[in-house]
Amino acid sequence: MSEDVWSAQDTNPDAIEAAMRELLRERHAANQGLAPARVLNLIVVVDRSWKGEIANRLERVGRYHASRTILCAVEESRDTLDAFVAMSYDERAGIGVIREQVEIDMGPEHLGALATIVDPIVIAEIPTVLWSPHGHEAAVEALVEMTDVMLIDSDDSPDPATGLERAEEELSSSYVVDLAWLRTTPWRERLAASFDSPGRRAMLASVDGFTVRHHVNSEASALLLAGWISSRLRWDIRPLESLNGSGLRGRAYTNNPRYVDIRLQPFEQDVPGLAGVTVAWQAGCTLSLDRALGGLRAHEYSPDRGGQEWLVLGGSRGEGGILGEGIRQAHLRDPTYAPALRAARELCPDGG
Amino acid sequence: MQSAAVATEFEQDNPLIEGLERLPVRPTSLVIFGATGDLAHRKLLPALYNLAHEGALPERFELIGVARSEFTHDEFREEARQSIERFSRRQPDPKVLNGLLGEMRYVSGGFDSDQVYGELGDTLREFDQRASEPLNRVFYLSTAPQFFPVISGKLGDAGLSQCEQAETRIVIEKPFGYDLASAQQLNAQVLEVFDESQVFRIDHYLGKETVQNLMALRFANALFEPVWNRNFIDHVQITAAEDIGIGGRAGYYEGAGALRDLVQNHMMQLLALLTMEPPSSFDADRVRDEKLKVLESIVPPSPGDVASMTVRAQYGPGTVGGKRVTGYLEEEGVDPHSRTETYAALRLNVSNWRWAGVPVYLRTGKQLARKVTEIVVTLKPVPHLAFKNIGSIGVQPNQIILTVQPDEGVSVSLGAKIPGATMRIRPVNMEFRYGTSFLSESPEAYERLILDAMRGDATLFTRGDEIIALWRIIDPILQGWHADTESPIPQYQAGSAGPAEADALLEGDRRWRRL
Repeated sequence: MSEDVWSAQDTNPDAIEAAMRELLRERHAANQGLAPARVLNLIVVVDRSWKGEIANRLERVGRYHASRTILCAVEESRDTLDAFVAMSYDERAGIGVIREQVEIDMGPEHLGALATIVDPIVIAEIPTVLWSPHGHEAAVEALVEMTDVMLIDSDDSPDPATGLERAEEELSSSYVVDLAWLRTTPWRERLAASFDSPGRRAMLASVDGFTVRHHVNSEASALLLAGWISSRLRWDIRPLESLNGSGLRGRAYTNNPRYVDIRLQPFEQDVPGLAGVTVAWQAGCTLSLDRALGGLRAHEYSPDRGGQEWLVLGGSRGEGGILGEGIRQAHLRDPTYAPALRAARELCPDGG
Repeated sequence: MQSAAVATEFEQDNPLIEGLERLPVRPTSLVIFGATGDLAHRKLLPALYNLAHEGALPERFELIGVARSEFTHDEFREEARQSIERFSRRQPDPKVLNGLLGEMRYVSGGFDSDQVYGELGDTLREFDQRASEPLNRVFYLSTAPQFFPVISGKLGDAGLSQCEQAETRIVIEKPFGYDLASAQQLNAQVLEVFDESQVFRIDHYLGKETVQNLMALRFANALFEPVWNRNFIDHVQITAAEDIGIGGRAGYYEGAGALRDLVQNHMMQLLALLTMEPPSSFDADRVRDEKLKVLESIVPPSPGDVASMTVRAQYGPGTVGGKRVTGYLEEEGVDPHSRTETYAALRLNVSNWRWAGVPVYLRTGKQLARKVTEIVVTLKPVPHLAFKNIGSIGVQPNQIILTVQPDEGVSVSLGAKIPGATMRIRPVNMEFRYGTSFLSESPEAYERLILDAMRGDATLFTRGDEIIALWRIIDPILQGWHADTESPIPQYQAGSAGPAEADALLEGDRRWRRL
């Protein structure tokens, strides 16, 4: 990749925007085969001290880069704007795509009026995604009007109930892409596939146990997965009870006089996200899916056929891949997130 | 009672799939015939790896390779590993790769050997037993075409064309037939064993995003469809130009030629998608019904018209990309007196209400100036011109250009005023490129098509009657060319835009779009 750069200290949005236009003009004049990507704006608001780490995470998103990323780094006691612009492109291809990254160092007092700084710099008429991983509520409030998609991570909150509550609040003003929800995607896909044959689908009505094993910091993901299956199967759910550090447990009620035992169990693993899931149904049948090398290890047991095990293939996306997936999801609409989120909140102990 | 009602409802629709981008694929055993061949190594195995990596393969997936080469299971696994490492679009994760190849089996032997099908049947049953349920079966025929009827017949004889409580499908690579009669015969042979709903005739062009985007462009935009007819469109050009020669494929190419290699399948599919009526839905059969209707509206050239409606040629020596290259007749393995065409151009007419009087020009060739596959729709000129052309290129008819490769995208040429005091007009382009408008490049066509075949979605596959309709158009041209053993075959310089004779196909002021 090649890069054209510009930087300035004590600058302003007009100067940044003008510099970007000039960089684009110069690059296009030098190579007409290069065109700027026009898919998605991504605004990221971070603490200045974490700027490098967030920039690294953004570098690792894989195929799904935003067209223009505006990284706002907030630094205590700063009262001026410093900016750095980079346009990167691959000149080897016949027709190439230019991606633009803007980094603006700013102070906390800029956040209340952040829209006036960012608005001139975003590309108009394409979706704008806002990600504020370190809080900065003032920035979020300032940008809410110009935001189409809010990128959040419910697992980042100190407690899952707060994270899920915030997600539901955000949902009222914009479309929400929740990285905690995306951590559940492969599990939802596999559960859907496991119960897809007509014979198996009928078994969904007799599910009587649902256990999720999760990284200690990914309880929100686990609640979302439990909320998802509860909402899809229309279970009547109640708040789960805390098992004093050993997870959560409770019951959901189905249409017949029967209940589903729901358990969320913390599990020791290196990576965030879910570690496994077990579904139990009809007189002792179980299906477990657990993280394994090269995919998920499936283990099925039924009293008449005994147990069997196999590998469901799939590569790990890693946290970079999940962030990339979050950016990609900004263009899609998942109708099952909101019901799953509502159910997950209901499952939170004491009503969340 | 309520519980029974819920169970019945779940039996009909899987409530867990709503909102998922990737729909479940039933557990499947995939058998690749010709597993040691070029296509399997370059495309199929890497596509399967990428599907595995993305978690898109069925939860239970078994893979069996069948070919004549003598390999043990482990030797074949090693071959497959090397191919995937070399040709996969992403760096393979060894853990996923091991998972994919670890249980893969290999059956060696001739495609007409009963022992091969016996061993294959045993392996498939073993997989079913291991899964405690019959797995769907997909037989992928990636072999030389003469083996297609042999393999389908043997699968039938061995009782492998049907499976109780599971679906069995057969995927057949191109070319499907050599001419109309052989295509009809092959269709009949395959349909003796398999039902049409089980047969997936593959044309990987249909798996390309741009080709599918052709339908989106036409049917998802009010901008284009109103002008998509004889009242506004002057003519259509479809080009599939290659800047390479036949490579080491003289054996295949001498028997095929440009018309069979690209026109009969890829280019005619593009033509069908471009000219078909809007389907009532995007169900496989609704789309294919519309393609069939428009293909049947194309009047095949009569024997007397072949000379005036078609051009064939061969590349001579020349320079391509700064390198000297030999002519076709000097290529290794080519008969020095060969009459096989490396270039074909034709003019077709779609005789229906929408397209009457709009000529469609197709051209394809090897060793041309540039590699490009594109469709150019040229609109009629504006009825009255208020501007003067002095001092400018002037007003040109609008063109809608759909590029399939190498860059996938759409551009529309518009007349625009040149900045300055006088009203001078020149064409400018409005461009849409996949890379600039979506977050990532398109996935490999084979990944999409393999998944569709496993899922049983035939929308992007060619139906039997469609194949016959395609051959009905091409067959008279082949016959006309075959009958003409006297006229010299025009030569074009390698690295050029093709033979001058092709210009004569275009009537009036029309010109081929520059390569």
